[in-house]
Parts: sequence; C-alpha cells; structure tokens
Amino acid sequence: MSAEYTDFLQASVRTATPLALAAYGELVVERSGVINLGLEGAIIAGAFGALVGAGAGSLGAGFALAITAGCAVSVLMAVVVLWLRADAIIAGTAVTMLALGLTGTLYRAWYGAQGAALSVPTLAPVRVAALADVPLFGRALFEQPSVTYLLYVLAVALWWWMRSTHAGLALRATGERPAAAFAAGISPVKVQAMALLFGGAMGGLAGGVLVLAQVGTFAEGLSAGRGFIAIAIVVLGRWSAPGVAGAALLFGAASQLQYVFQSLGWPVPYQLFLALPYVLTLLVLAGTQRRAESPAWLGRPLDDDAR
Amino acid sequence: MHRPGARWVIPGATLLAVVGSVLWILQAGGYDTARALHALWDGAFGSTYSLVSATLVRATPLLFVGLAVGLAFRAGVLNIGAEGQFLAGATVAVAAGFAVGGWPRLIALPLARLAGAAAGAGWAGLAAWLRRRFGVLEVISTLMLNFIAAYGVSFAVRGPLQEPTHVYPQTAELSAAVRLPLLFDGHRLHLGYVLAVLLAVALWWFLTRTAAGFRVRAVGAGASAARSAGGIDAARTAAWVFVASGALAGLGGASEVTGVTYALYEGISPGYGYSAIAVALLGRLHPVAIIGTSLLFGALEAGAAAMQRDANVPSVLAAVVEALVVLGVLALDHARRGRTD
Repeated sequence: MSAEYTDFLQASVRTATPLALAAYGELVVERSGVINLGLEGAIIAGAFGALVGAGAGSLGAGFALAITAGCAVSVLMAVVVLWLRADAIIAGTAVTMLALGLTGTLYRAWYGAQGAALSVPTLAPVRVAALADVPLFGRALFEQPSVTYLLYVLAVALWWWMRSTHAGLALRATGERPAAAFAAGISPVKVQAMALLFGGAMGGLAGGVLVLAQVGTFAEGLSAGRGFIAIAIVVLGRWSAPGVAGAALLFGAASQLQYVFQSLGWPVPYQLFLALPYVLTLLVLAGTQRRAESPAWLGRPLDDDAR
Repeated sequence: MHRPGARWVIPGATLLAVVGSVLWILQAGGYDTARALHALWDGAFGSTYSLVSATLVRATPLLFVGLAVGLAFRAGVLNIGAEGQFLAGATVAVAAGFAVGGWPRLIALPLARLAGAAAGAGWAGLAAWLRRRFGVLEVISTLMLNFIAAYGVSFAVRGPLQEPTHVYPQTAELSAAVRLPLLFDGHRLHLGYVLAVLLAVALWWFLTRTAAGFRVRAVGAGASAARSAGGIDAARTAAWVFVASGALAGLGGASEVTGVTYALYEGISPGYGYSAIAVALLGRLHPVAIIGTSLLFGALEAGAAAMQRDANVPSVLAAVVEALVVLGVLALDHARRGRTD
C-alpha cells in the first residue's frame, strides 16, 4: 500500500505540474483583468515548440522554443485584444483554434512519417537531498523533474511579488479599476500586455513540460483542454498563487484517482473524478463571487478613460 | 480617427491573408497544394453526393449551434457553452429515444427531440441561474459545464446507456420511430436541416418584428441604456436568451443523433460549439446570414475531410481557416469602429 500511495502522490504532482505552471500564467493575466482563453493555444504551441527544439538540439533548446512559441501565441492575443480592442473571449477562442490547427497541420507535415515512434529525451528526476527522505510525502514531492520545483517556488514567489512589489500592485490595480490605475500613472494596456506575455510564456513552458518531462513525444491536440483546466484552477485557487498550487494538486490527484480505483477493483466510474474538480470549481464560484475575491474588472474591456 | 479606403482595404486584406496563410501552410508543410485544393473542392461541391450528403449534413449541426451562439451574442450573453448544451441535448434525446422508441413516430420523434432541446435549455439555464443568483461569469461557468457534459457522455456510453453487448463505448441504435426522415433517397441529408433553416427564418422574424426581439437587441446594444431608457429588465431578458440559446444547441444535438448517427458516442461533436462562434460571427449574428455561413463552414469541414483522405492534409487545417476568419472579422470590426470614432 505504501508504495502505491507514493506512486499515486508522485503521479499526482507530476500531472499537476503543467497545470500549475499554466495556471500561474493565467493567474497573472486574470489579475490584470483579462480572461485568456488563448492559454490552451499557448500550451499546444509550447508542446510543439518543445518537440521541434528538442528534436533538433537539446532539452534546453526544447524549453527555449516552447516558451518562445507560447509567447508568440500571446503576442497575437495581445494584439487582437489590446490593439484591435476585440472581445477577449472570442479572440481567445480563435487564437486557441489557430494554434491547435497550425500545430496539427505542421506536425503531420514535418513528422508524419515517423508517427508514434517519434520520441525526444525527457528530463530525469532530481532528488532534493534531505527533503526527499521525509516520510509519507518526501519522495513523491522531492524526487521529481526539476521543472516541478517551479510549482512550489512560484507559489511563494508570485504571492510575494503580487502583494509586495510596485509591479504587483500595478497589476492588481489594473484588474480592479483600470481607470483609477490610469489616473495614478499606470498604463493598463502595458500592464495587460506584459501580463499576457507572461501568461503565454508560462503556457508555453507548461506545453514544454508535457513533452519534455512527461510524454516524451507530441500528438495532435496533446494539450487536451489543459488550458481550460488552468482557468478552472485559478478560480478554485481564488486568484492567489498558493491557492492555485493547491487547486492544481487537487486536479492532479483527481485525474490519478481513477488508476487507484482501477487497481483496487472498485467499480466507481472514473469520469466522476474527472468531472468532480469542475463541479467543485462551479460551487466555489457560486460561493465566493459575492465576496469579491475575483478581480473586479475581470472580463471587462478597458474603457477609453483607461487608455 | 479617419482611415481612407479602409472599407475595401481591410476586407480585401483579410480575405487575402486567410487564403495566403492556407497556401503558405500547405507549402511549408510540403503538401501537394494543387491536389489538396482539388480534394477540398471535390469533397465539398464536387458532386451531388458531396454537396448533399457531406456539406449539407455537416452544415446542419453548425446551423443549430450557430443560431444558438448568434442569439446569445445578440443579447450580450457570452455563451461559449454551446458544446456542452449540444452534448446534453444529444444524450437526453438518445435516452428519451430509447424510452419512447416503441411509440408511433408522430409522437415519439418530436418527444425525443423536445427532450433534447429541454436538456440543452437546462444545461444553459444552470449557467444563467449561476449568473443571476451568484453573479458567476457565464464564460467560466459554461466552460466548466462543457467539460462536465463531455465526461457525462463518456460515462453514459460506458455505463447506463451502453449498447447491450457492453463491448463498444457507444449506445445501441435508435429505432426507426425516433429517426428523422431522410430528404432524398440515397442521401444522408435529413429533415433536421429543413427545420434548422425554418428556425433561422423564425428567429430573424422574432428579432426584427416582435417586441420581445427588440428587447433582446436593446439589451445586447447596451444593458444599462436598455434598463434606464427602455425600462427593460436586462438581467431577466439575458437569462431567457441564455436558456433559448441552450435549447437551440440542444436541438442541434438531438438532430445529430436522430438524423445522422442514430447513436451516442464520445466525440459525437468535433467541436461544433466552438466552430459555432466562427459561424455566428461571420454571419454578423444575423440568423439568415448564419444559414449561409454554416453552409460555408460545412463545406469547409466536408472538404477538409476529403483533403485528409485524398491528399493526406490533416483536416485540422479547417480549424486554422475558422480561426483566421474570426480574427479577420475582429479586425474588420476594428476598422469599422475606426471610421466612426
């Protein structure tokens, strides 16, 4: 049981990693007042970039290209939303469709012949001495690919950055009352553009993690809705970085529970666990919306008095 | 801000950009461009069969969900949950179809379809209720409900609704009493398409010729103005539009199972609910124009399927075109606003 328990925890953390990284990006974007449905597109672009980079060069090149590809997607998103002043929801849907279609087409064109046999090297787990020896959860949490440690580090770093730095304050002010932020000398357009860029980079990194630390290959639609899960995670985490980390781990555990139940032979439909986090997200939304934990300006376009 | 010539330059540039991008992708991918385009045309319009049994059959669900999204957007309701409402409609229509499969067709078929529409309405109604009662953004709630619906279908076809041998993850086939009549012998096109077209015309009449339709448009044009100047209960109107939009999408799902597949399985919707956004936007949210744009996208998807078959070009290329069209429309909107600023 103990080995199974460790395996379960380890797999949960592994599944949670790309979700958390993408959700950190989305957290910053939503704190600036924008809902970024283009995140799914950034993840698939990052995954494809990782394949191209790692296939041609090294793991480092893979991650670099993953982040670049994610940024490219978010630049498109920023241009359409901030410069063309289009509705962010419609733009995000289109950007995601574009990235899914483009990566699928190019993948088949460039790698189609190799098919499923195609594989790239993946990151080896790194043991954090001392911490990995802690009983119960040490090995599960601290014998992971190096990128997983970003999950823990960013939970604290982003939390501190958003509440204690000038830039973090500008970010939150933009998401709460962009006109007031503008009056205080902040450029909401610039803040949202930077936030989107960060969100795209994190989405791309998440895609890179999928390929270079988990699957070791690419497939059409590999992102499989993780960008939308990340949006749910931000809600479930109540727009705070530590909350996002916890919610991502919950989603990771929920998706691993099915295997536990399978191995135990319990006839519980696994779809229940997969759907549960979404139900939970809706309940949290219903329960907290009135308490104004979400950025006040979330999902609303910038008015003329804020540009 | 005045932009001389924007009226022609921008739409022309958009069209060129879409066509140019597709050609570039085909080139960059090393595909046989001429063969791919030939397959695309053949698959969509090349023969009576491809036009009637591929393009129009594909256009039918797109028309239903396109109308659903168009109606919602008209009232400023960002319903991106047409996918989930479509799935809810398909699932409940199949379940109802099994329950009333032994009844006369005249009763059974409308009942199953109504059940599907009601399921779609209910699925959307949940998001509408969350919005009104708790102020939950419909963008996020409908997104969540899409996932829950997809897992619901996955559960249904492996659990309570699985076919009797319990081998395949799908339902048994619906009996003849709950199948939509086909329009032509030897073709797959079914009565659902005619109904969808009639619905589009009815929706246009409703929006432009009735007081309730005027309220919908007023709320979409500006909720606060509609409230203060017109005395319209904007939140209430938006909620009802939301539910009606869900009913349309649910009816689309019901039409797919009673008209085309006769069974439910995972992946019954290849993302119709998301394509619908492109369909509705390109149709400028006008129900009659959406008949045309759904046909266009139906042709695109039918042609893309043929392109994959005959020229080995992945059919997801259709998604690229849909996305570029949406981005193009957004750019056009920007240019149009630029002229009036």
